[in-house]
Amino acid sequence: MKGFKQMEAKSIPSIEIASTEEIVAVRQKVRKLASDMGFGAVDQTRIATAVSELARNIYQYAGKGEVTISSLEGDRRGIQIVCEDSGPGIADIELAMTDGYSTVKSLGLGLPGARRLMDEFEIESEPGKGTRVTITKWL
Amino acid sequence: MAEVTIMKIGSILIIPIQTELHNSAAVQVQQDIISNIEQAGVRGLLIDVSKLAVVDSFLGRLIGDTAAMARVMGCQTVVVGLQPEVAITLMELGMHLEGVYTALNTETGLELLNKVIGNRAGEIETEPSAGDEGV
Repeated sequence: MKGFKQMEAKSIPSIEIASTEEIVAVRQKVRKLASDMGFGAVDQTRIATAVSELARNIYQYAGKGEVTISSLEGDRRGIQIVCEDSGPGIADIELAMTDGYSTVKSLGLGLPGARRLMDEFEIESEPGKGTRVTITKWL
Repeated sequence: MAEVTIMKIGSILIIPIQTELHNSAAVQVQQDIISNIEQAGVRGLLIDVSKLAVVDSFLGRLIGDTAAMARVMGCQTVVVGLQPEVAITLMELGMHLEGVYTALNTETGLELLNKVIGNRAGEIETEPSAGDEGV
């Protein structure tokens, strides 16, 4: 976000992810905001799908966590979603970002897929502490 | 678990997925489909996803696995009605739905399914039966 003079963010209250029903709920919420902001149909689907992948990761690996959705209103408008948990963390982020890598016999497309669907992707993780993934799509 | 209705028309099961499914509901649908295939004569599955706004890797995998299970039971699967946005997103996500036949809509899906399961033209089973509630 370097180079942008003003970046105001408006967040809707964080959504707790503790069951798979909430994965469906959170992707409906993010799609609604993306639609209200003026994102087109394909981007709405990309954003909702990326959030679905990350919310599912929270549920799968950490059991529970939080998703915070914000609209970025500044020189450049966009939608930003922060997905965080206090779960086991990721020991090797580079490996976790590889297509097809999974520790739970899933397809291993969640993290690398979410990165491809969004414009910005940032991941911070510490084993034993948790993981935070921040994704952004510009309007 | 009445979230998904499974309709049987001749030797084909039609599964229109009308709502966004969470995990346990999706897994339940898979089990329902598989136990339905056991019924005599089911040789084709038509899964209609036209109402789904999001197909993530979990659901994509579930569809692929269901088709693979069906195949080893002698049953072919056609997925119909993928929305353009969903198709684009699936490819970018890295899901290619390999091993699954796809068609634009129910009509072309039924034609394709009848072809791959070997129903000869003229025998195509599109006559609505008691289980058909309108697709």
